[in-house]
Amino acid sequence: MTRRVAVTGIGVISAAGRTRQALWDALKSGTSAIRPMVLVPPGSVRFPNGAEVPGYDASLEFEPKEADLLDRFSQFALLAAREAVSDSGLEFDAALKESAAIVTGSCVGGKSTEDESFRGLYALNNTRFSPLSIPKVMANAGASRISLEYGITGPVYTVSTACSSANHAIGQAFWMVRNGTAEVAIAGGSEAPFSLGMLKAWEAMRVVSPDTCRPFSKDRRGLILGEGAAMLVLEPMERARARGAHIWGELAGFGMSSDARHITQPSAAGAARAMRATLIDAAVAPEAVGYINAHGTGTTMNDPTEIEAIRAIFNTDKLLISSTKSIHGHTLGAAGAIEAAAALFALHEGIVPPTANFTEPDPACDVDAVPNVARTLQVEYALSNSFAFGGLNAVLLFKKS
Amino acid sequence: MSDELIARVIGVIVKTQHLAPESVTIDSSFEQLKIDSLDGINILFALESEFDVDIPDDAARQIRSVREMAEGIEKLLAAKQSA
Repeated sequence: MTRRVAVTGIGVISAAGRTRQALWDALKSGTSAIRPMVLVPPGSVRFPNGAEVPGYDASLEFEPKEADLLDRFSQFALLAAREAVSDSGLEFDAALKESAAIVTGSCVGGKSTEDESFRGLYALNNTRFSPLSIPKVMANAGASRISLEYGITGPVYTVSTACSSANHAIGQAFWMVRNGTAEVAIAGGSEAPFSLGMLKAWEAMRVVSPDTCRPFSKDRRGLILGEGAAMLVLEPMERARARGAHIWGELAGFGMSSDARHITQPSAAGAARAMRATLIDAAVAPEAVGYINAHGTGTTMNDPTEIEAIRAIFNTDKLLISSTKSIHGHTLGAAGAIEAAAALFALHEGIVPPTANFTEPDPACDVDAVPNVARTLQVEYALSNSFAFGGLNAVLLFKKS
Repeated sequence: MSDELIARVIGVIVKTQHLAPESVTIDSSFEQLKIDSLDGINILFALESEFDVDIPDDAARQIRSVREMAEGIEKLLAAKQSA
């Protein structure tokens, strides 16, 4: 069985705000949501800025008992799933509960909870841990909580492939719906990496920018970490049309590859193989793609390597390539999901989101990066790249509906 | 640069990279020693502990050889003394 797959629901919580619409507004206006971090003490790490969900208060979203049971990253997963499912209008009846799938991505799981527990043990000499530690820290906590929310009893799991987690998750869910293994799916990613221990580890990698994220700019100085979640509702195109659902776009292809070259250095060959695999999966020619939502971390190494990979497949004269990480930060295991939302926004609204904070073109990244101002353009296909530490690449292709 | 400083820098490189001491000299490039970007930041991390200095990210990005590393440390130590 091969079915076309529609995206009928999108939910997003990000540095741009609590809803999908908040992200849409930021993408449209090119407003970067990178700000001074408030979740860790000022001066505790070399870099002062991050892309935190602004003014987030779990007590406004969850009953106290529920809030205690969920790490911040699971709360984000659930909030995004609720918005996506409500947006889709899907009702999970008995049959659909059994045949629905949930696949989520997370890079680091419940780091805030872990950090707090370990601080208690090592710094405060606590001899006991909360019994909620394990269920809060596990990377699948978000997927499991979404499953409980809707009574979904089909395939439910979590993928962890660092910064490609969400694209791998959405891709797997897409294939399950396409081949009939699952009737519908909720798929995406969530991340909440703003714990001091996690930030100190990132500091040591020397890839975080001391000011902001300027992908493809000559004076780029690194990535900016972000948090949040996005979830998509995937369902067969025929089913979506039959029930008169609003369709954001079609998920047309998924491809993946491993560099097998270096644990942290990106490889153009590996990235290109994942993009090529995606086009083959969708049976779409490179010329049909009008927009690429780049991995575009803003590090010295990623951006030119990614452009080299893109050039190996596409004619970049007719291609818009932007990195919305300049707007919502690098959300690690949620990145692919938030960027899938951005790609669907571009197709659905006919507005290509810009690369914010762009100052000066870099000859090594000589493409139309849609600097600072969104571009009104009808695009037929949009590609969304995720390339992870560990050399694991996952790419999604979306089609305008 | 003092011989002592050079010896300490080389000592850190030898230790973190598990190299034979005689294989590293002040004139070795990272390329010759097969030191990649991840090895590089790992050496800087060890040097920060050895000399009790903070090596800024922007400076770290430019370093490609043992000599550049030792010169960088010398500058940071001088700045620390005059502070």
